[in-house]
Amino acid sequence: MLEITDLVHSYGSHRVLDGVSIRAAEGELVCVVGPSGCGKSTLLRSVAGLIRPTGGRVLIDGKPVDRIPDNLAVVFQDYSRSLYPWMTAANNVALPLRRRGLDRQRRREAAMAALDQVGLADAAEKYPWEMSGGMQQRVSIARALAYRPSLLLMDEPFGSVDAQTREDLEDLVLRVCAHHGMTTLLITHDIDESVYVGDRVVVLTRSPARVAADLPVGLGESRDQIATRQLDAFVRLRAEVGRLVRGGSSTSNVLEKH
Amino acid sequence: MKHARVLRGVAGVAGFLAAAEVVGATGLIDDRFLPRMSMILRGAAELLVDQEFLADARASLAAWGLGLLLTVAVAVPAGLALGALPPVERAVRPLIEFLRPIPSVAIIPLAILIFSDNLHLRVAVVVYAASWPIVINTIYALQDVDPLAKETLRSFGFGPVSVLLRVALPSAAPFIATGIRVAAGTAVILVVSAELLAGGAEGIGIYITEAASGNRMDLMLGAALWAGLFGVLSNTALVAVERRLFRWHDVRTGAAR
Repeated sequence: MLEITDLVHSYGSHRVLDGVSIRAAEGELVCVVGPSGCGKSTLLRSVAGLIRPTGGRVLIDGKPVDRIPDNLAVVFQDYSRSLYPWMTAANNVALPLRRRGLDRQRRREAAMAALDQVGLADAAEKYPWEMSGGMQQRVSIARALAYRPSLLLMDEPFGSVDAQTREDLEDLVLRVCAHHGMTTLLITHDIDESVYVGDRVVVLTRSPARVAADLPVGLGESRDQIATRQLDAFVRLRAEVGRLVRGGSSTSNVLEKH
Repeated sequence: MKHARVLRGVAGVAGFLAAAEVVGATGLIDDRFLPRMSMILRGAAELLVDQEFLADARASLAAWGLGLLLTVAVAVPAGLALGALPPVERAVRPLIEFLRPIPSVAIIPLAILIFSDNLHLRVAVVVYAASWPIVINTIYALQDVDPLAKETLRSFGFGPVSVLLRVALPSAAPFIATGIRVAAGTAVILVVSAELLAGGAEGIGIYITEAASGNRMDLMLGAALWAGLFGVLSNTALVAVERRLFRWHDVRTGAAR
């Protein structure tokens, strides 16, 4: 569904991405984890068509991304900047649907349905600045959902909320992505989160970023904030990803020892 | 707290009026040149029933309103174009920076040569002088629009014009409104100045000139007082409109109101 092949990007002489290749199958949730400043956001922007990479190819459903694809939605970390403060939650969610050629009534219905899915049916007429951070990020997620993208990109979506809210949002994303069968690329620096949320975890190296490892998670469909994190498989994989992010080599022998 | 603030303002104004009256009463200032405050206030009150003055005030108000309307219609799109197209802005900038500091009143003699109709003349100088704050504010506000806000809409496949109208313009609107408010004050100054310099049949400036030549300092200053009050009132009204329309902006910037 998503094929990123040998993606290279440089800002001037500073190389950020150094031949990154990632694939995601239909309906798969792939987490990309890497050290801070390793070029994760550049990767996401290239996939979204917001910047033109220096080299390499991005295919979505077999079609090259040469401008901004119309079957894709992005959820950014900074909800307070990415939601429009002059619009209510419902209008924020409905705005992108203009691109879908829906009339006012249909846009409104779709927005209400999406807000309902993220548990904000009662807050539709609130303004973003009247909401908590977690609620605002839910609105961003609803906005992406309402757009019905075949590919959902999330850039550190839980990076600006408190721990409790983060767990709620992780479960929300797992639920809605599974429900819609959306292919999702979630970028994070949080090792624990990448293992908890992902079907697969792609670890990037320090800048310039290359793929250090591409690990299947294999924890099954249903996950639980407490129980899943106690599983041996979860603990081992988290340790493995942690070592890789810190710059260690892939130590599959560590996995075999258990 | 708000009450205390209003009370202090009233006390300040009353104190000034009283002091001016006392100075006048002691004969420190010859009241043929500067009438006592009570006389100015009486003159100002008389003007309210003076048909000639009211016609003049209406004429000035019309020139002000028309001029400001035309200014907004010209300056906002110009600012949007310059703010959205940096290369054009860089090309035009030196010209703006050269023209802007020229005291606008200095172009009135030129306008007198160009325009034979007095309304056209006043509207033209208002548009010239009052456009600057709007154009400059619009340019800066557009350049300051959060890139992530624009990128968000872009990521949904919206083109540059949609992003300009749906994100950049609303984001910049509070600053554009401030520019319009400054422009409204400038327009009052320009309308009265143009009337004083260019003469004509109707206008507060004309009334002031005639009162002065008739040695009626009380009426002259009374008329000036009304022009000033009008400036204060229009400013207050525009502030109220801004607060109402851009509540989201005040909340975000944490402006204590």
